[in-house]
Amino acid sequence: MTARAEAEDLLRRLAPQILGVLVRRYGNFGRSEDAVQEALLAAAVQWPEQGIPENPRGWLITVAARRLTDELRSAQARRRREEAAAAQVPSDELVTPPPGDERLPAEDDDTLTLLFLSSHPSLSPASQLALTLRAVGGLTTAEIARAFLVPEATIAQRISRAKQSIKASGIPFRLPPEPERAARLQVVRHVLYLIFNEGYTASTGPGLQRSELTSEAIRLTRELRRLLPEDGEVAGLLALMLLTDARRAARTRADGSLVPLAEQDRKLWNQSYIEEGSALVTDALARTPLGPYQLQAAIAAIHDEAARAEDTDWPQILALYQLLGRISPNPMVTLNHAVAVAMVRGPWAGLDLQGTIDADRRVANHHRLDAVRAHLLEMAGDRAAARANYQRAARRTTSLPEQRYLETRAARLKDRK
Amino acid sequence: MKYVALVYNNPGAFEALSQADRDELMSEADAYLQEFTESGELLSGGAALADPSTGRTVRVRNGVPAVTDGPFAEAKEQLAGYYVLDCESLERATEIVTHDPAARFWAVEVRPIMDTAGAEM
Repeated sequence: MTARAEAEDLLRRLAPQILGVLVRRYGNFGRSEDAVQEALLAAAVQWPEQGIPENPRGWLITVAARRLTDELRSAQARRRREEAAAAQVPSDELVTPPPGDERLPAEDDDTLTLLFLSSHPSLSPASQLALTLRAVGGLTTAEIARAFLVPEATIAQRISRAKQSIKASGIPFRLPPEPERAARLQVVRHVLYLIFNEGYTASTGPGLQRSELTSEAIRLTRELRRLLPEDGEVAGLLALMLLTDARRAARTRADGSLVPLAEQDRKLWNQSYIEEGSALVTDALARTPLGPYQLQAAIAAIHDEAARAEDTDWPQILALYQLLGRISPNPMVTLNHAVAVAMVRGPWAGLDLQGTIDADRRVANHHRLDAVRAHLLEMAGDRAAARANYQRAARRTTSLPEQRYLETRAARLKDRK
Repeated sequence: MKYVALVYNNPGAFEALSQADRDELMSEADAYLQEFTESGELLSGGAALADPSTGRTVRVRNGVPAVTDGPFAEAKEQLAGYYVLDCESLERATEIVTHDPAARFWAVEVRPIMDTAGAEM
């Protein structure tokens, strides 16, 4: 690891701990978060050049606390100037404590608290993602902006808006109370899943930087699993990420074009991710309540464990989709279920099942419906109808590589009469 | 998802408005830009375009550029400006654009921007 990568890795791990210490000490989440961000930026510049300090955690806390107290003091001075009224916070409350104070016990709980806070349901999804990456992941605003392909100012807006909502709703800095914890944890998992998804579809060209989101999502989910080892759905989510990301290198060609699962070079799959993901999901299925992430991970594991596409255990996948459709019914699950049905009972059976969601408004006009219908019609030998469906899917997708793939499939059906 | 909002009007449409309408349009446009920049959905980098008559259209045929003055299409309504939204869905983009005074005075077309990433098919 280079000095830069090593420093970056350490900073990201320490970020939530430092933030936790500051929020506990000063109580102001918004300002504490800004101060930590400034301390991280200072460290990212200084550490690779001057070496990592002996007590990096203490260094960061001291620098961040100094920024924060400076900021609070100048805000206080502003207030003093503005209103002649005297009664203010005694100034010694704002002084940075001596360095000895920094040796606090491990702040694992704060990481969890910060995950809950950053994905608070009062925040918009875009703000939840940005704040999670910054406050818990320790990424800079610039890094997040690059990953989402938006200007830095936009990410800064989303973060500042998130902090305003947190302040305005008076959300306390502690774990959510037990009755709402399960529902809130579901949101935390979903935010991590969205971060992963945002990154995993990108692997070439301008999208390349976004793949950092995938590794960041995996890192944060590992962290969540370490904090909640008994939660089967956290394990399922981590397994799903690993089993999906395992196929990254085989998913696209050098020119950026997409390779469908059945045509991927399986030698390129990441075996250690597959083993880790499979072990995780097997264990979770055996001893925790069933959930949608576990089921999706189990399906991914069956795909990943087949040595060749034709070895895929489709009856097993079909059974898992039936289960998934029962505990978490939605049209996208039905669509994937239809593919499994087609692989086991033939394309017409798959098309019949897909027909049940064609009128579903939630997926009306979605290109995946046309793409799956096209594949199944091609399987059934109806080349003209397959081609028309590929063409419609190509017109409807908003992804360039998908469009190219779909147009190629359509063209292939035209060439060979 | 990212969407581009394309504002169309007749060249000279702004000048044709009454002073009161022009003032209203300007102040509403400022408020609109501020509101959705602050919500983190309107990205910086949009622009108003100069009159189409000041533009040129370029075609290269057999390596030879043919340059003509004026816009690509002979149409009454011309592209007058654009900006980019980054939001949840086309529905949300549509709802944002209904607050754009240009949509009230003229028309705004919302088009998804193609992503360079794709899902496994």
